[in-house]
Amino acid sequence: MSLFALEPRREASRAASLAAPVVAVFCALVAGAILFTLLGHDGLSAVYEIFVAPLLNPYRWQDLLVKAAPLAIIATGLAIGFRANVWNIGAEGQYILGGLGGTFVALQTLDLQGGWILPAMILAGILGGMAYAAVPALLRTKLGVNEILSSLMLNYVAIQLLYYLMRGPWKDPMGFNFPQTAMFSFDQTLPMAFPGTLIHLGVPIAAAVALTAFGLMTRTIVGFQVRSVGASPKAARFAGFSVNATVWFALLLGGGLAGLAGILEASGPFGQMVPSFPTGYGYSAIIVAFLGRLNPLGILIASLVLALTYVGGENAQTAIGLPSAAAGAFQALILFFLLGFDILAGYRVKRGRARRAQDASGGAAAISPTPGSAIPTPSTTGTQRA
Amino acid sequence: MFDLKRSRLLAAAAFTAAALSSPIALAQDGAASGGKDKVKAAFVYVGPVGDFGWTYAHDQARQCMAEKLGDRVETTFVESVPEGPDAERVIRQLAQDGADIVFATSFGFMNPTIKVARQFPDVKFEHATGYQAAPGNMSLYNARFYQGRAVLGTIAGMMSESGKAGYIASFPIPEVVMGINAFTLAARKVNPDFETQVVWVNSWYDPAKEADAANALLSQGADVITQHTDSPAPIQAAQKAGAIAFGQASDMTSFAPEAHMTAIIDEWCPYYVKRVEAVLDGSWEPQNVWLGMEDGEVVMSPFNEAMPEDVKAAAQKVYDDTKAGNYDIFTGPITDQAGEVRIPEGEEIPDEDLLKMDWYVEGVKS
Amino acid sequence: MSLDLVVAILMAAAGAATPLLIAALGELVVEKSGVLNLGVEGMMLIGAVAGFAVSYTTGVPALGAVAALLAGALVSLVFALLTLSLMANQVATGLALAIFGTGVSALAGAPFVGITTTTLGPLVAFDDPILRLLFGQSPLVYLALLLTLAVWWFLKHSRQGLILRAVGESSDAAHAIGYPVLKIRYLAVLFGGAMAGLAGSYYSLVLTPMWAERLTAGRGWIAIALVVFASWKPGRLLLGAYLFGFVITMELQAKAAGFALFAPEFLSALPYLATIVVLAVISLGRRNATHAPACLGKPFRPAV
Repeated sequence: MSLFALEPRREASRAASLAAPVVAVFCALVAGAILFTLLGHDGLSAVYEIFVAPLLNPYRWQDLLVKAAPLAIIATGLAIGFRANVWNIGAEGQYILGGLGGTFVALQTLDLQGGWILPAMILAGILGGMAYAAVPALLRTKLGVNEILSSLMLNYVAIQLLYYLMRGPWKDPMGFNFPQTAMFSFDQTLPMAFPGTLIHLGVPIAAAVALTAFGLMTRTIVGFQVRSVGASPKAARFAGFSVNATVWFALLLGGGLAGLAGILEASGPFGQMVPSFPTGYGYSAIIVAFLGRLNPLGILIASLVLALTYVGGENAQTAIGLPSAAAGAFQALILFFLLGFDILAGYRVKRGRARRAQDASGGAAAISPTPGSAIPTPSTTGTQRA
Repeated sequence: MFDLKRSRLLAAAAFTAAALSSPIALAQDGAASGGKDKVKAAFVYVGPVGDFGWTYAHDQARQCMAEKLGDRVETTFVESVPEGPDAERVIRQLAQDGADIVFATSFGFMNPTIKVARQFPDVKFEHATGYQAAPGNMSLYNARFYQGRAVLGTIAGMMSESGKAGYIASFPIPEVVMGINAFTLAARKVNPDFETQVVWVNSWYDPAKEADAANALLSQGADVITQHTDSPAPIQAAQKAGAIAFGQASDMTSFAPEAHMTAIIDEWCPYYVKRVEAVLDGSWEPQNVWLGMEDGEVVMSPFNEAMPEDVKAAAQKVYDDTKAGNYDIFTGPITDQAGEVRIPEGEEIPDEDLLKMDWYVEGVKS
Repeated sequence: MSLDLVVAILMAAAGAATPLLIAALGELVVEKSGVLNLGVEGMMLIGAVAGFAVSYTTGVPALGAVAALLAGALVSLVFALLTLSLMANQVATGLALAIFGTGVSALAGAPFVGITTTTLGPLVAFDDPILRLLFGQSPLVYLALLLTLAVWWFLKHSRQGLILRAVGESSDAAHAIGYPVLKIRYLAVLFGGAMAGLAGSYYSLVLTPMWAERLTAGRGWIAIALVVFASWKPGRLLLGAYLFGFVITMELQAKAAGFALFAPEFLSALPYLATIVVLAVISLGRRNATHAPACLGKPFRPAV
């Protein structure tokens, strides 16, 4: 049937794991250049303006860091869940609820002063995200409801909740009836990490979150539990690890970090809550998590690459008039290629048909979620009840 | 050129500006002196240029301005910019990349523009439809679209047999509220029993929902459809049902040649030409303007051939009188929905009240 | 309430339901085969723009619908290749497909902004409201009903349908018996893409004969919700889509009559809330059974 066949590797190839994202980005650039040329644009210039020009301009470096910070925070939380085979795709909603939780505190404290206000807002943001992620966690552990579906549905509910609050109860009374809250006060605003720059406190927080997560996943028993449950729920149960506890842990962590990203964005760059608060970070973070191969350190790099597609996309618009839709197409292409090449990390390409798998568990071993290995895949969450 | 209304508005702006003043910008006053040979003008859009609505109109004006000023101007734009930090970044990048003047064309760009304007005192910023500005280098501009709504209302009042119009509206912000009121007031001048039924779709752009809303209104007896949303879907629905409708933001005749009576056109081109020329000759000063038919910023697309002659004449008269400064739809007596007289005979609604209008005139059902 | 108004409401409800039903039918078959494709919105947009482009160029809207069908299938092939042949993660690939479709449709549709095309309208116009309701709607409305029947029959009574369900329930067992798992899943994904494309063309050819960026405004996600809402059953899907169309229509009718039934945001959130409630209730009623295909989202790795 086919000239080539795939044969599971005994162990995920480390070299292939590291090379896959780089090759994927490169192929996406080539494919993008061809696609844009076919659509009547200058493909090579497009690639240059999106991926190279912003890197040559020091002004843009700060922009990249600021844009990458929320992506890195959310993606880190999601990646830990994905490793445990918990498929939270509701980060967008948890991000919104985080922003709303913090905004609730902000609206109660508009006339107050004190250094405690911002930490209280951040705490409320984290709790907001966690509370929202608790819904799919509860549905999955108590009723066996697939968290992919429940968390996705909740994203749209969160957006409508935001619209409702902006149009009604939380609208700025002095704001000419425009649907948005009052501006946050000085004590409610996230300070800059480095005075005189655009780099707010969220940027170092993002780096700290990723590094902590890296330590957690590689050096602690919790990380081992998450990876074990992700690799094989049955084996993990034998080892005494609870699948349900892992589901709760993964969702609350993912939700809490998405909530953190939400309130950092609201209290920092936004400085108020507006209907346009959700900009798809929750979805982009899924791309970032995969681009970073579910490794917190890889995610830091991946978040910068994705930030580059946004910032570079704007640059290409002004420089050569490339439509904004092109940046979106590029993001999708990168992910397509990454996902396509991912298989090379866990499988070897062989000429001719593979005659027989080496052993029945070869496939499972190939996807054992050690850092830098291939990516686990969602299993039958609906029927997995502990 | 400045009438009373506008100077009142300017006074309000000066107050806002003072409240927002920051040392950085004050220190850089006098940036207006000295002209330029060539100006880089940048535009920031909230939607895609292909929305055929709000952003499309601004982009048409950009192209028109670029054509008029030839090689004295270089224009760039960034489309589909989310309102918030992304807008701030884009506006800042444009300023960093050497733009002399930046037009930010959506309400939600107001706070980002203020932030960036303070950081770049030598760059000029123009924000459409906002109510606050950074001092020294940021202008506010808007158009009196409600003047066009009065023309539409006149046509609706004369042509409607059921005496009922369906109004598809986005969000109850003052801009939309005053449009509904102007339309209804004008229609009731012709037909005192005229009613405007408003349906809020809570979106600026959702063609399917706009079409469904139009169909609902049509099935309940409305024979005129008008809208304050961006897609041509409602006028297509009106055409199917044999009703009349009006285009939004640009001439939409091609979508519904029979139903389309006329459209209010957002004609930003003269304003953009004027402001870029001001940068060219060094006379640019921050201002807060609300331009209308008098200034050629609000115009009507050609009336449909099928419109009866007397309707054409009446609509044209409203247009001509407004243009000449003799007609203001918001002149008393005006009663509200509860039947109470809000504006006594002979008085006009001052601009600052219009800009925060949150009540409806008699005849509006919402 | 006059007869005309009742008919108008029912026809509007059918109109709102039809594209959701078509897209959801496709996704239902995909999910029944054990594959989760979250890229419906992107495939609908590709279908919408392809349908408009061909209808505008040829002047024949029916050709536009066919083109939309093919374009949807073509773009779903990318998804199939990645998730089936290369075993890529289905959730991530689906999301990428949604982003890809949005971007590419906007790029490809740029020349078609601001123009209109012939409507894919009723074949015969009727003055009588009852006849209009029964026979005077867009052909796609009837096609959607026929497709529902066909998909129901296929899944329930045909041998191939049985195999498809078996593949979705246990790909390994199906493989062991000797069924071509990958081939079946490829065909299911292509069918899903074709249906999504056709559904997209309903917007650009029937409801609002025009093209503009993001024309479908998120309807693809509602279609995915509907599949779950219907517990993967075509009959319930028909019910769900029409119920949803009816609620939307009644809300707008109520507004047009001057009163609001709910906060508008609540109504916009309703399909998603209802889906979560249905998921939970079904799981409560029967332990371990959401009717979700057991292998949903799980890649198939041929062991031999």
